[in-house]
Amino acid sequence: MKQIEKKHPLAIRWFHWINFPVLAIMIWSGTLIYWANDVYRIGFGDTTLLRFYPDSFYKAFHIDGRLAEGMAWHFFFMWLFFVNGLLYVAYTVFSGEWRLLVPNRKSFKEAIQVTLYDFHLSKYKPPQTKYNSAQKIAYTAIIIMGIGSLITGLAIYKPTQWAWVTWICGGYTSARVIHFILTIGYVLFFLIHVIQVILAGWNNFRAMVVGFEVNEKKEENS
Amino acid sequence: MEIPDKEDNIEQPDNGDRSEDITGTPQEHPISEDQAAPEPNSNEEKGHALPEVNDNNEAELKGYVRNKTFIGLTVLILGLLAFILAFSWVIHQPKTPDPQEGVYAPLRKVLGFNQRVNSLLFSAKHLTPTYPKSAAVKEARVNGGYGMDTSFKVNDWLLNVVNIDKHDTMTFSMDDIKKLPKTEIVYNFKCIEGWCQITHWGGARVIDFINQYKLATHSGKPLDPNNPKDMAGYMGLQTPDGEYYVGLDMKSAIHPQTLLCYELNGKPLPYDQGAPLRLIIPIKYGIKSLKRIGIIFFSDKRPADYWYERGYDYDAAL
Repeated sequence: MKQIEKKHPLAIRWFHWINFPVLAIMIWSGTLIYWANDVYRIGFGDTTLLRFYPDSFYKAFHIDGRLAEGMAWHFFFMWLFFVNGLLYVAYTVFSGEWRLLVPNRKSFKEAIQVTLYDFHLSKYKPPQTKYNSAQKIAYTAIIIMGIGSLITGLAIYKPTQWAWVTWICGGYTSARVIHFILTIGYVLFFLIHVIQVILAGWNNFRAMVVGFEVNEKKEENS
Repeated sequence: MEIPDKEDNIEQPDNGDRSEDITGTPQEHPISEDQAAPEPNSNEEKGHALPEVNDNNEAELKGYVRNKTFIGLTVLILGLLAFILAFSWVIHQPKTPDPQEGVYAPLRKVLGFNQRVNSLLFSAKHLTPTYPKSAAVKEARVNGGYGMDTSFKVNDWLLNVVNIDKHDTMTFSMDDIKKLPKTEIVYNFKCIEGWCQITHWGGARVIDFINQYKLATHSGKPLDPNNPKDMAGYMGLQTPDGEYYVGLDMKSAIHPQTLLCYELNGKPLPYDQGAPLRLIIPIKYGIKSLKRIGIIFFSDKRPADYWYERGYDYDAAL
């Protein structure tokens, strides 16, 4: 016998799916802006392992020469990103949902165990509530990253009127670097997130759309 | 994006139950450590069936799930489509102010909104952070040569000023500017492209120039920042050939760090840095720090601005 188990509240599903296109526009328009001074690379000394970004990347996504347009989109969608994120955090706080999301002392050890289990390197799967410990850490980290993007973004946007915010970020140059690294972080998060969702299967994905999972009925529960 | 409004009513009471569960149980939940080998995916605390479906009836359950999934996916896909349509609507709107080089009209509206928000937070007391002279670079970057045609002779230069409500042009020599107190500033010059550089400039404050020559007021009296009605709304600047031009709101122009600049690193301004006189306005992006000032004018009408016409924010404020 099967039964329905509630998983994601309606509000969280809205925040999640609104954030998806909004963050996509932020990353895209941010790249249009970054193009105008594309100085970041991974390397040591004079050796460059990875340049952000190769010309082929700019060409493929038609990034070049659109600084003004990028700024206009970025400073529009920043409001949506901010408001949606703020409402999400407020909702998790007031609903108590945060208790399922915020990691605790044991989470870091368990997250390693979950990762080993996921890679089939261990048979032990730590106990979990709505999210496992790796998820708790990831979903809390992404919120902290979002706050980081807002703060470093403000530091770059108004470094005179909000000079103290820029100072907190270690200066204008440092704020721009952090802002960029966080963006790369979102892209990596997105890739892992999508792979995990595919591996977790339809029931799990559908829960982010309809709010519930369909699972085998447990005797003591009925 | 996925659940239509009418279903809120059905879900509401159950959501209430659930949040009590969340706040009450998870911390001291039995599942945590005393179960050696818990079942995979055991989500015990949310094992409540929805009230409107009898989950003892498998067919009914299946139908319910199918229904909900269909509605949810439909709303999600329509929502994402609506987003794409809205995006596509924006990029099919006319560009402003220039139909070729401007920015899509709806985005221009948002930039205007941002400018109003930012002007609420603006204060002349907010200063751009400054640095010791030793922090300044030896070679300041030269970026952009609009309005810098090479036939220009520094020695023939005179500054033309058109005051508000006037049509005749006043002229000033370099000596008229240098008579004013010299102010030096070492700050992080920020280009709208994203690079920045700590540079050391010297010159006369715009506010000192305005006060000395009684400019920018309707009454002809000295400018009083607390009497904005008497003050011109804008200051406009142009290169001698008129090829490059910027507009500044008056509050920014009279900011204590805004300079009519004639020195770089303690030496006369180099030719390619806008000799003999350029603007340095640290509270805005470098696009506003016009090199080689030919004309300054004061007006209540917003002056034309080179980069505004090419899709950038008029304010360009930092």
